Parts: sequence; structure tokens; C-alpha cells
Amino acid sequence: MLEIKNLVVQIEDNRILNGLNLTVNDGEVAAIMGPNGSGKSTLSYVIAGKEDYEVLDGEILLDGQNVLEMAADERAAAGIFLAFQYPLEIPGVGTMTFLKACLNAQRKARGEAELSTPDFIRAVNGAADKLEINKEMLKRALNVGFSGGEKKRMEILQMALLQPKFCVLDETDSGLDIDALRIVSEGVNALRDQGRSFLVITHYQRLLNHIVPDTVHVMSKGQIVKTGGKDLALELEASGYAEYRTGEAA
Amino acid sequence: MADVTNLRSPAEAGLSKLFETARRSFASDTTIAREEAFRFFEATGLPSRRVEAFKYTDLRAAITDVAPPAEAPSLDAARAAVARAVGFDGIEAARLTFVNGHLVRELSDLAAIPDGVRVTPLNEALTNGDVVLAQLAPVPQARENPVYQLNTAFLADGAVISVAAGAKPARPIHLRFVGSGDAPFSTATRVLVQLGEGAEFSLLESHEGPDQLTCQPNDALDVVVGPQAVFRHTRLNKEGDATIALSTLSLKVDTEAQVETVNLVTGAVLSRHQIYVHVAGDDTNVVVNGAAMLRNGQLADSTLLADHAAVGGVGREQFKWIIDGDATGVFQGKIIVRQVAQKTDGKMKSDCLLLTDEGQMMNKPELEIFADDVACGHGATCGAPDPDLLFYLMARGLPRAIAESLLVQAFVGEAVESVTHEGARAALIGEIEAWLRARG
Repeated sequence: MLEIKNLVVQIEDNRILNGLNLTVNDGEVAAIMGPNGSGKSTLSYVIAGKEDYEVLDGEILLDGQNVLEMAADERAAAGIFLAFQYPLEIPGVGTMTFLKACLNAQRKARGEAELSTPDFIRAVNGAADKLEINKEMLKRALNVGFSGGEKKRMEILQMALLQPKFCVLDETDSGLDIDALRIVSEGVNALRDQGRSFLVITHYQRLLNHIVPDTVHVMSKGQIVKTGGKDLALELEASGYAEYRTGEAA
Repeated sequence: MADVTNLRSPAEAGLSKLFETARRSFASDTTIAREEAFRFFEATGLPSRRVEAFKYTDLRAAITDVAPPAEAPSLDAARAAVARAVGFDGIEAARLTFVNGHLVRELSDLAAIPDGVRVTPLNEALTNGDVVLAQLAPVPQARENPVYQLNTAFLADGAVISVAAGAKPARPIHLRFVGSGDAPFSTATRVLVQLGEGAEFSLLESHEGPDQLTCQPNDALDVVVGPQAVFRHTRLNKEGDATIALSTLSLKVDTEAQVETVNLVTGAVLSRHQIYVHVAGDDTNVVVNGAAMLRNGQLADSTLLADHAAVGGVGREQFKWIIDGDATGVFQGKIIVRQVAQKTDGKMKSDCLLLTDEGQMMNKPELEIFADDVACGHGATCGAPDPDLLFYLMARGLPRAIAESLLVQAFVGEAVESVTHEGARAALIGEIEAWLRARG
């Protein structure tokens, strides 16, 4: 379970999150929607541990443990995973080298034995097949020369391999065509289970047709301003964010 | 106008004294223009920051005491030194071992040189008046360089390697330079490599020495690459931590020849690797890469001059720098495209990763183009590891140190990826990993 209590965050004297409260239970898929500039991506970065942000107040508790005191890698080992809106290209770092290093670093941090190479390759190949990822891509440098859709699929592949407890999907639907959206969504749905929860950040309702949420939250001016069921997304699609936008800075 | 006379530094005076002594043993040998070289050196002196080409690598200030030329070591001492050497270890190659700048025949594979290759110790070649020696000093600009001229003046040992036309030996030759001893010494070696038409040859070169000893090696490699020949050269500078290592690579490249030279520097308190490329024939392809990984107190200088004097030469020069602590990197790269050298395609790049706020990188790229139908470019970048990339890696569970190491390895690895010889490439990658492990 992830609980965010009264989270206040700023970057360079610019207040982004203003006392945000949110609870995502085990097994729950929560969606966050909201206009541009409402602080959705900031929230995802702060959960994952990006250092540019100054947390002025509040807590983020993963199963009761305050993750704000942990570095990004410790949060990852504790089970937090952020699927990036714009996955970064890392020239020179082979995809397989990267995947193995991440997996083993997390296992080491949790006191588990490293995965043997045959087991690792089996796990990667299995996940890649489900996401229709060409094996040739795995031989290339991480995300280098990948299309937008391929990068997003690679994010889900990492998620499938690392088996996190709490997944944040930051606008995973952006830049995806219809087929890629389906493949990525199926990949996410396959990972849904009682022990894992998701925070799905999106602008559009269409992603939520594929990844059907249990709850939908509307975010504006750095706070959750409305919470509802999956139908709330449909309402927003029809009415827009106008009623939440008043006083919005950007 | 009054004449201005530079006062000679103690080191310069010491070099003059050493040359006076040494010239007696050189008397019978006239192939090497030592007198002329030393006169040139005496006129210039040890180059200081006032000399543009040495602005960032002030040898006059760095070399305060001149170390005497090394004596040939005893075989036991040489064996002990070689036993400690690890550069390109395990690669199947014919080895020419130089200990303290002297060729040690007993520790060299002179009897197992690959077919099509002839290796002659330099002193033997000089005595016999080997015709290949006419190819010495193949690049005119190098002969105007005080470091190279100092090497010529004091040249003590070396080898001549001739690769017959069409020969393609599977095994490389490994020039293994090892330093040993407990008192400072200087060396001056010259290896001349000549590739006949259509030959294909790989050369490995490693330099290692003891720590805390102010050794002053000055090594030169002259290479003449014949028409359609392919020359591959992988070099490792893993000198001791107090060594001042000077080196010059001169390459003359003939028609349709291909060259690949990659240099990795992790050693020496101060090193300067000078690369002179003379593109003498049409349609050549030359790759010059370099990487340096430097810790506190180190300075490494790579100075490149690529002179295109023929049509259609392709040149790719890529240098990567990892600067830790208060280390300093110096890159000076100049591409000259002469009027005849139409269709030249040259790209030169120097990229630096600064791991601390105290490190320094000096980049001085230059293009001098006299032809009108060419594509030439240069670029230089300098910065800290990208925090967004670091975050991406850490968000996947990699601790900061491992994430940073992975980024450094990827960054510097680009310069060594071009090494064709698999074993040599793996050896350089191994060195990179070892450097990162030692950094912690």
C-alpha cells in the first residue's frame, strides 16, 4: 500500500505540490488525470526519488516505510518502479547488460542471490515475447534508435522483469499508436495482481479503456481535487478540465 | 632590437651535458641525424607554455631534473620486471620486450615472428645499413617537434618491422615496454614499421612501469603504410604514477590504405602522446581514437596533426576523457586539408566527462582548409555525468556509484569500440573496468 500524506514539494522556489494526499491500496489501479502543469509528472518523480525536488513537508509511505529518506535505487529495491514518460537513451550501455545489472542490484539489495545467466536470459526472452519485442532490440544500446513505442515497451519489459510492488506509469500512452497502446496495456494488465498496485498518470481516457482503473483522481494545482470510480474518466473526457483549471499557473 | 637569450633551465643544461657524453658512443652511426636533432632541440629548449603547441603542457616546468639514460638491465632484473607486466597479457602475439628502453632479445619472440614479417633490432639495422631506415621520420612536421627531436638525438634502441607486400599475419606483434628500477632514468626508443602494398598488420603497444619513480620515457613509432595496406595499432599507457611519458606516433599513409590507431591512457603523472598523420595517397581511411582516464594529479595530453595532402581521405578522430579529482586533460587536434586534397572527409571530436568540480579539460580543435570541396568538422564537449541518465539508472535499482561507472564505461567505451582486434579491444575494456573498480 502506498500512502501520500500532505506532500508539499517545490523546485527552485516554485511550489508544485501543495499538501497532496493519496492512498493506493494493494492490488488497486489508481489513475491520475489532470490538466497540464497540475503536478502529475512531479508527483511521479518525487515518488521515484529524483533529487531536483525539495520536499518541504509530508510523507510517502510504502507499506508503512517512509521512502522520502531513501535514495532512488533504494526505493527501486523496496519495490517502486517508474515507467518514464520519456525513457532515456543511454548510448554504449547494452540493453541486456543494463537489465542484468538492474535485476541483480535489486536482488542484492534485498539479500537475494544473483540470477544465473540462463535464468536471466529465459526471463528476458519470455517477457520480450509477450510484449512483441524483437530480440535484435535487446542486442542494441539501451533505447538508442528505438521508436517511441519501442521505448515504452522496453519500460514495461523492465517492469515485468523487476516485479515491483508499486508501479507509476507516467503518460505511458503518449506517443503510442493504437497497436502499441494495446500491447503495452496488455503487458501492464498481465502484471496486475493482489500484491501489486499501479498509479497510472494520463491526460486521456483512452488508456483507461485498456487499463481499467479501480479509482480515478483528478489533480489540479498540486492537489487531488476529486476522486471517483472509472466513470469519472469518461466524465472528464466529455467535460474537459475547465472547472479544475481556474487559477492554474501553467 | 636587443637579442633575447633564454636562460637555460637546469634540465636543459643537464640534457646538453648528457648529449656531450652520449655522442661519443654514437660516433660511428650517421644514419640517425642526432647532431642536427640536438641542435634543433638546443635552439628550442624544453618547450614551455610560451610555445603555443605546449601551452597546456609545460614541459620546461614539469621536467625540473633530467634523468640519465637507462643502462641496459640485467636479464634477471628484466625478467622480474616483465613478470609484473600485464598489458595485453594473454593475447597470442609475437612479443618484442623493451625493459628500460632496451630490447631484451631473450625475452622477445624474435625466433617466432609471423610469416611475411621481418623484425630487425634497430642497432643491427643501423650497423647493416638496412635500406628500410630511409623511411625513418616519415612525417615532415614531426621533425619540427622538440620532443621527437629529443628522441632522435638520444635514440638508444628500437626495432625495424617490415611487413611484406600482401602479407596478412594472423598474430599481431606486441611491443612491450616495461620500466624497472629504483632510480630515475630516461629512455629513447624508436620503432619503425613498414607495410608493403596490400599488407595487413596489427601492432599492440603497452607501456608499464613502477610507481613513485620519475621515469622519463620518450618513445617514437614511425609507420609507413603502403598502398592498400591495413595497419591496426592498439596502445596502452599504464605507466607508473610519477612517470613523465612522452611519445610520438608518425604515420605516412599511402593510396587506399587504412589505419586504425587507438590509445588508452590510465598511467603517468604527465603524458603527451603526439600523433602525426600524413595522408600521402588518395582514398585513404584513417581512424585515430584516444581515451584517457585520469585521477588526482595526472595530466594527459593528446596532440594530433592530420595533414591531408591527397584526394578523398576519410579521417575519423574521436577522443574521450574521464577526469577525476584535480586531473587535467589536454586535446589539441589540427586537421590540415591541402589544396589538392579535394573530397577530404574529416571529423574530429573530443568529449570530456568531468567527475569533480576540480578537474580541467583543455580542448583546442583547429581546421586549416585550402581545398573547396571537402566535408570537415570538429566538436568538443565537456560536462558532468548527465543527472537525468543517472536518475534513470538509479530508478531501476542501480546504486549511484554503479550507475555512474556504467555511464563512464559507456562514454569512454565509444573510443575503444573501433579496435578490430578482439583480444586488444577486450584488454582495453578490461583496463577501463579495472580503473572504475579502483575508483570504487
